[in-house]
Amino acid sequence: MSQDIQREQTIAAQSASPLEYPALLSLVAALRQAQAEWVSDVVQAFGEITVVVPRAQVGAVCAFLKTAPEFAFNLLADLCGVDRGPEEEPRFEVNYHLFSTTKYHRLRLKVLLNEDDAHVPTVSGIWRTANWHERETYDLVGIIFDGHPDLRRILLPDDWQGHALRKDFPLRGYEPYSLT
Amino acid sequence: MSASTLPPQFEVVDRPLDTQMTISMGPQHPSTHGVLRLELVLDGEMVVKCTPDIGYLHTGMEKLFEYKKYQQGIVITDRMDYLNPLGNNLAYVMAVEKLLGIEIPERAQVIRVLMCELQRIASHLVWLGTHALDLGAMTVFFYCFREREKILNLIEAASGGRLTPSYFRIGGLMMDLPAGFERRVKQFNDNFPPAHAEFHSLLTGNRIFQKRTQGIGIVSAEDAIDLGLTGPSLRGSGVNVDVRRTNPYTGYETYDFEIPVETSCDVWGRYLVRMREMLESHKIAVQALARLKPGSVKADAPKVVLPDREAMKTHMDALIHHFLIVAEGFNVPAGEVYHAIEGSKGELGVYIKSDGGPKPARVHFRGPSFVNLSALPHMCEGEMIADVVAVIGSIDIVLGEIDR
Repeated sequence: MSQDIQREQTIAAQSASPLEYPALLSLVAALRQAQAEWVSDVVQAFGEITVVVPRAQVGAVCAFLKTAPEFAFNLLADLCGVDRGPEEEPRFEVNYHLFSTTKYHRLRLKVLLNEDDAHVPTVSGIWRTANWHERETYDLVGIIFDGHPDLRRILLPDDWQGHALRKDFPLRGYEPYSLT
Repeated sequence: MSASTLPPQFEVVDRPLDTQMTISMGPQHPSTHGVLRLELVLDGEMVVKCTPDIGYLHTGMEKLFEYKKYQQGIVITDRMDYLNPLGNNLAYVMAVEKLLGIEIPERAQVIRVLMCELQRIASHLVWLGTHALDLGAMTVFFYCFREREKILNLIEAASGGRLTPSYFRIGGLMMDLPAGFERRVKQFNDNFPPAHAEFHSLLTGNRIFQKRTQGIGIVSAEDAIDLGLTGPSLRGSGVNVDVRRTNPYTGYETYDFEIPVETSCDVWGRYLVRMREMLESHKIAVQALARLKPGSVKADAPKVVLPDREAMKTHMDALIHHFLIVAEGFNVPAGEVYHAIEGSKGELGVYIKSDGGPKPARVHFRGPSFVNLSALPHMCEGEMIADVVAVIGSIDIVLGEIDR
């Protein structure tokens, strides 16, 4: 079995993969220097950079990253909510995957939310595409986006109870749902 | 009875056409490409407000991923964008491979590129046929499906499935290509450019088709980026962004192809982009076919990739690995990745969060159809109701991916 251990070690070594956009790391570090209250943490893993942002600063950070010429994150590629499980605190995450159509680099912003206060300011005023992503996140994970123009359920029916992608929501639901 | 004695809801309206009417288009409307419902507020024939209503196909796939092992998730991805299942397979397995840190052998990469480009042509052919059908050109549909059938036969020969191939597996491919496959692909490649010229001759010079598409559904480059459009819908607005070029994967940086861009920003521009993209995909398929060299199609990662049938009969450790992968799955390092590829409809991104176990903690698909559909109101409002079907056709949506 020593061969297996060797293979696992090589796999582990490979997983410390080089950054996909190395120049971005220094920009993020400079941002952290300049605006310490915007960045709570910077994580490097699997070649990707994640910036953990305090909830209150999301709007300011996103507006800055969109307009600053060195970042130019003009396209919000994806926005998704994550439930880490009812026993975790903070329980929820919101991930913003940014992309630049001129610099071609990608960055992930992450906001951590407590269960009893799952509110985050909307970014639909910064990128209009966030509108539906936030509605989907509200519908399935139950995160409330303050200031959203039209925060309704999008995939599930309006009278649905609960949020299906939460870990404590059973896979097959509580009872059969009837459309009639 | 005089007017004053009537209850207020029966009062006579002087100009009935001055009022607005709300109609429901779909979910059974044939031109909404599935079960999409649009709530249209009309003033005469003009669309004042358009509100898409989705979710009719929602089956909770993202929830289902959390209850399946990583390798079982591949078959779920087939059923999202059912016109581009190999693209979905690729996005998902590449995200898992990124977490695992597995390198894929050269032959497997070339086959992935080859199959994905064939699939892209097949997906665009369905788009072309149905788009033309929506606008009243019936013949194109049959020509497109004739060519698509050839591609589906190729995919079936390689994987055994026509619509749900699940051909790409974590760490490589399900199996190597069958005997005679290269000859059949070559035959298809040789015959495709004349068939493509046929589509052009049927549609592009058609004055009715031009009138129905030119200047319709305009979205400027700034709006397109703001609305999150990707893929051909974005390139039809003059933005030269293609994930295969901007963030290359599977060796796309080594292939010689162009990114078609049109600046007319309308349905016509998006039509031309997809038409040219089919020829570019054909070009890549020809190059990939020429690069096929004998070799392994599975990575050297015995804890992740199922062993060969023959090895299982002679090697004890192969048998043990097979049993463990099937019965318990394999652990994936804790962490999160977002991997984006260029699907046939735009940027297809997969976000996977792993907690270190054999099942993902969260899988999220950034479906290009979902985002492109969210831009529909912007394109439709102010247009005629008959143009709504032209605009829906031009953003090439698949409801299986939108509702997931």
